[in-house]
Amino acid sequence: MSLLYTKQLTRAYGGVIAVSDVDFSVEKNSISGLIGPNGAGKTTLFNNVTGMDIPTSGSVHFNDKDITGVPAFKISRLGIARTFQNIRLFKEMSVLENVMIGRHFKSGRSMISGRTVNALTSYMKMKSEEKDVYDKAREWLDFFGLDEARNEAAKNLPYGNQRELEIARAMATEPELLFLDEPAAGMNPQETDHLMSTIRRIRDLGVTVLLIEHDMKLVMNICEHITVLNYGKKIAEGNPSEIQKNPLVIEAYLGKED
Amino acid sequence: MINFLLLILIYTGLYALLALGQNIITGFTGLLSLCAAGFFAIGSYTTAILTVNYGWSFWFTIPLAGVLAALAGALIGLPTLRLKGDYLAIATLGFGEIIRNVILNWDSLTRGPMGINGIPMPTIFGMVINPYRKWGYLTLVWIFVIVFYFLLKRLTRSRMGRALEAIKEDEIAAYSMGINTTKYKVWAFMVGAFVAGCAGSLQAGFTLSVTPNTYTFMVSVMVLCMVVLGGMGNHLAVILGALIIQLAAEFPRLLGLSSTVPPQFKQIVFGLILVIMMIYRPQGIVGRKKVNYDKFVGNETRRVAKKSEVN
Ligand SMILES: Nc1ncnc2c1ncn2[C@@H]1O[C@H](COP(=O)(O)OP(=O)(O)OP(=O)(O)O)[C@@H](O)[C@H]1O
Ligand SMILES: [Mg+2]
Repeated sequence: MSLLYTKQLTRAYGGVIAVSDVDFSVEKNSISGLIGPNGAGKTTLFNNVTGMDIPTSGSVHFNDKDITGVPAFKISRLGIARTFQNIRLFKEMSVLENVMIGRHFKSGRSMISGRTVNALTSYMKMKSEEKDVYDKAREWLDFFGLDEARNEAAKNLPYGNQRELEIARAMATEPELLFLDEPAAGMNPQETDHLMSTIRRIRDLGVTVLLIEHDMKLVMNICEHITVLNYGKKIAEGNPSEIQKNPLVIEAYLGKED
Repeated sequence: MINFLLLILIYTGLYALLALGQNIITGFTGLLSLCAAGFFAIGSYTTAILTVNYGWSFWFTIPLAGVLAALAGALIGLPTLRLKGDYLAIATLGFGEIIRNVILNWDSLTRGPMGINGIPMPTIFGMVINPYRKWGYLTLVWIFVIVFYFLLKRLTRSRMGRALEAIKEDEIAAYSMGINTTKYKVWAFMVGAFVAGCAGSLQAGFTLSVTPNTYTFMVSVMVLCMVVLGGMGNHLAVILGALIIQLAAEFPRLLGLSSTVPPQFKQIVFGLILVIMMIYRPQGIVGRKKVNYDKFVGNETRRVAKKSEVN
């Protein structure tokens, strides 16, 4: 069953058609890859599915519900979390606080009845809710091996750890589907190996993972299903060995031979 | 001399309240707002009009002054949500000037440039808090500072405070984490304006008369200065910022040099402070307050116990 699928998804920026008529799906409990040359439209596809951008036409369906045009803060509440191509951590805040923010909507009640009033009136209630947030955040930090560094400012972490912290923050929202936009970008081989095992452990928790990546070793190693975009169009999909043999894909990456 | 010192401390308290409000908007949420004077004016005029024209008790006008200022905060917050940085600063600056001009021209309600005189002295349990005898009013203002300090600390040391800071750090990331950034930005404006409105009300009860030229752009700049100087996102630090700025602005008079130092001196001092801070210590004298969550909510001993059981 497809956890997520798009129907003829198109996003045009003026004359540039960044994503063109793409039918794309992600199977439940898989690790899937989205690849393609620079400027192929991968990030744009991510943005249009996660509510950071609104498609020009076509639709997005998650758990068989039409979520086209739903704003990002609501989509994350429905169970899709993401990371960004350029790390977007809350830099000045501590590692722990970054993950605690991931717990934001899990800990909230409605504005009027809940938190804001409680924050002013009930010290005890607030403390117990803060404790839940804190405990859950530390569990996730444990999972990513970042607990020791929890009181460091996020910006002071080594690069590879910053990338993993961004994933930890996304996982703290307890998503069904996790989107990673070039998680290995800028990592050294050891960090990439660590990342691969982390992604597998995330999938073992029952989370579906979709990743954009230029590191072909990583993609071919851990993705069960791969979709290839070029100039905004889907040009191929299949398992790693099918993709590696596909002449259209080879052409897109290496250029046409005369 | 002692009287003058008390006067400075009363104004420090009023400005500390303005700075606490500004701190929610700018220090926590990162919205560069320049209309503290506008919210302050709404608070003052609410109290002046209601006490003088309608015979309200001073005390009842305070919360209403806060609420009206908060509504003005929502009014400026909503349409300018898409603006950032300099653009937001310019829009809010304009909004502050609009408020002052409305007050200046709405003669039938505000008596225009003449202002409103004859605000009755506040009384408590039949006792008059005579502003001319300063100690009483000094106590009153600082009680407000302390109460708001604790309320705002409580409010920000929660998921709401973290959401505001997340918006400051990276709005797009905050949005993707399920934070309704629109709601929180308007909320920040409303809370900040509420505090400023209450400060305005207290100011009216102290000066016993209000005129539009008290609420100029310069006031907003001073308040922003206090937040930047003390430390963005740190309640205690911005109160300290208010004290330092007040002393810096008044020290020629404190030293009895007022006749030799031109009034423009203040502006030069603020400008210098802002420039020096931006270059050498952009996080402010104190900087962001680090919450020790391990102590505040965590139970380190339980975890340690669990770990040693395992080993
Ligand atoms: N906001 C925008 N406005 C205009 N054009 C855009 C915008 N966002 C993306 N594009 C264009 O859409 C195309 C696809 O960009 P996108 O970022 O999705 O590529 P990508 O596959 O993620 O590439 P990379 O591997 O370099 O990250 C590019 O030509 C880009 O210039
Ligand atoms: Mg991209």
